[in-house]
Amino acid sequence: MAESRDADINAQRLYAEFVKGIWKENPVFVMVLGMCPMMAVTNSAINAIAMGVSTAFVLIGSSLLVSLLRNLIPREVRISTYIIIIATFVTVVDFTLQAMVPAIHKELGAFISLIVVNCLILGRQEAFASRHPTRLALADAAGMALGFAFALLCLGATREILGSGSLFGRSLFGEHYEPWVIMILPPGGFIMLGLILLFFNWMRQRKTMRPAIAAEEVRR
Amino acid sequence: MNQVNLTISAGQKEPGSFRLVFTLALAGMLSGLALAGAYQITKPIIDANKAEALRRGVFEVVPGSRRFTPVELVDGQEKVTAYATYDADGAFLGYALEGRSVGFADTIWLLWGYEPQRRRVTGMKVLDSRETPGLGDKIKKEKYPPFAGQFADLALEPMIIVVKDGREGNNEIDAITGATISSKAVAKAINDAAAKWLAHLPATPPPPDSAESQGSGGADEGERAGEGG
Repeated sequence: MAESRDADINAQRLYAEFVKGIWKENPVFVMVLGMCPMMAVTNSAINAIAMGVSTAFVLIGSSLLVSLLRNLIPREVRISTYIIIIATFVTVVDFTLQAMVPAIHKELGAFISLIVVNCLILGRQEAFASRHPTRLALADAAGMALGFAFALLCLGATREILGSGSLFGRSLFGEHYEPWVIMILPPGGFIMLGLILLFFNWMRQRKTMRPAIAAEEVRR
Repeated sequence: MNQVNLTISAGQKEPGSFRLVFTLALAGMLSGLALAGAYQITKPIIDANKAEALRRGVFEVVPGSRRFTPVELVDGQEKVTAYATYDADGAFLGYALEGRSVGFADTIWLLWGYEPQRRRVTGMKVLDSRETPGLGDKIKKEKYPPFAGQFADLALEPMIIVVKDGREGNNEIDAITGATISSKAVAKAINDAAAKWLAHLPATPPPPDSAESQGSGGADEGERAGEGG
């Protein structure tokens, strides 16, 4: 197994694993994972943050456990074991939100339990945590979680501003603003997600094209 | 990045089925323990939250109330709990009752206040609903549009009617634009509950503190209500 030794891990490697999830391999903008919560709970910024934090807790917790147990779990039953681990964390989050912030729990409803089937989480266990030492797995999970939360917040904030004329429940434009109700309904979610994906991919493309464009200009 | 290592290296033996079953059983058992622990810790807080939400709801739908006593209403097999409310001095104000009806998305569950002397609705508060955000969920909001506010002093007889072009009669409410179904569902929840349960309300309200010493849930709520006053 091509696994880096614990001793080889330096701060640079940890940083690289952490940062890649935020931008270069962002789970939403690049890998297009976890679209279900992305669509369902981003009608306000606060819901997006609650979902981001819950997913982060589950992802980091599961990655830690899976990475620690990676040599003990038989390969044949690994997926079932990961699911058990993930589902346990999700249920703990479910109980905790219900106890600490009942209003938000009510808003997110079934989508908290559905974190279990967020392919981002199982994907990270299979692709990363199960084959890397704990410190790297934690860095990867934290980066991916932050990238996911960032994407949720982008969509949630835009949809709340346009669809309700407010941000974090605070009114922005006064009483005379007529909200674009469609933005907080599912079609608005799809439209906004499409636009945001377009924007981020355009930015990425521009970044990779930049040397080429520069060369072109020099030639002229 | 997602490729799965499908080849088993030559020297590696496949683990026996005992080890597989054992791993899964152990994982399941540990998971069960963790969940039982989390449940034990959060259950009292969750219950307290629910009781608190109910308590606030009751005080909101009967303005001026500071304490309440649960009253069990029985109709054949069915049972509901109404809440007799009192002001700070213990004078009876009215009842808070629950209402349910199917809205646009799911069941709308609400509390409404009723003043028996004047036979009027004194307030309405949605406890749980899944109506469309931005449209139907305005049934929860006091302001813009002031939907819930319309129930502050509303005649119940012959029944609450939802209108679309400005309320005139004192038993009419204005529907929310774009959410007529949700608006009607709220009116229906109250109309249905009124038709079924108002006749079962006790002729004389129970004295303020009667339920505090009896019944498990009731005693808890009674005490909390007392603290609130």
